[in-house]
Amino acid sequence: MKVRVLVRLKPGILDVQGAAVQRALAGLGFGDVRALRVGKLVEVDVDAPTAAAARARVDEMCRRLLANTILEDYTIEADEAGRLAPPGAVR
Amino acid sequence: MRFGVVVFPGTWSDCDFHYVISEVVRQPVKYVWHRDRDLADLDCVILPGGFSYGDYLRAGAVAGRSPVVEALSEFVAGGGLVLGSCNGFQILCEAGLLPGALMRNECLQYRCQSTHLLVENADTPFTRALRPGQVLTMPISHGEGKYHADPETLRALRQQNRVVFRYATAEGEVTRIANPNGSVENIAGIVSEDGNVLGLMPHPERAAESAMGGTDGLQIFHSLLGSLVEDGTFLKR
Repeated sequence: MKVRVLVRLKPGILDVQGAAVQRALAGLGFGDVRALRVGKLVEVDVDAPTAAAARARVDEMCRRLLANTILEDYTIEADEAGRLAPPGAVR
Repeated sequence: MRFGVVVFPGTWSDCDFHYVISEVVRQPVKYVWHRDRDLADLDCVILPGGFSYGDYLRAGAVAGRSPVVEALSEFVAGGGLVLGSCNGFQILCEAGLLPGALMRNECLQYRCQSTHLLVENADTPFTRALRPGQVLTMPISHGEGKYHADPETLRALRQQNRVVFRYATAEGEVTRIANPNGSVENIAGIVSEDGNVLGLMPHPERAAESAMGGTDGLQIFHSLLGSLVEDGTFLKR
């Protein structure tokens, strides 16, 4: 079961990396960027009988390692594209 | 006092700590591999700086779940002393042995420089050779040293006098300009509730001989030895 984890800094925590990227974009003429924050994407392929079971396992992984919940929030999504595409398929 | 210096893949200050403990402080010391769990014959475990496991995911995240760090909970509960410097501080926070977290420096730069540290708490096994208000000079060398904690945690740290060092000017003033990484309230080092775990971003092992530009870091080692002699806490273990 392929699952996607999005890890991002909690709202209110200053994202200096995002601010630097935003400034760089402004330098490229993208002054219309109102806000930008940088996060992480973790793709997990977990051996689980059901989507709910996979989600529960990945949730535990997030709490124990993938996210630092002092700083970060995480969301878990089923990787629909991954589920539709057979292994080795060209996308 | 028997010291153990933990070595992770990617640790870089292990040899410096080992050298200072064996050659300058002249105490028994051995390396402890990150897969080891047996800390029974040690009084003080050092988590040195570096880039454990390449700092993959987050600084100290993977190391914070390693066998040796898992064994630290029991070691600490039994009164053992743990000193984490730089990456070691990040690991202690990731492992939940100290509160809060360390994040990317606010300036986004890797900072390798000398800093002044105001001693706030001289009533720990790591600082008892010092006095509150004293200013130490020690180097930092990190990209992710901005200490963060929620307001509730910060309040608890203040109330329990657990902030040991703050970045300050040479005169001991805690100012924004003296803060090299944007740490909340200029926090450079904290101790655990029981006082036997110290985490700090500066490198005491790099300020332990005059040839290295200063010896203020030695005060931490002298404090540790004084703790051993004065109250015998560690002999009772």
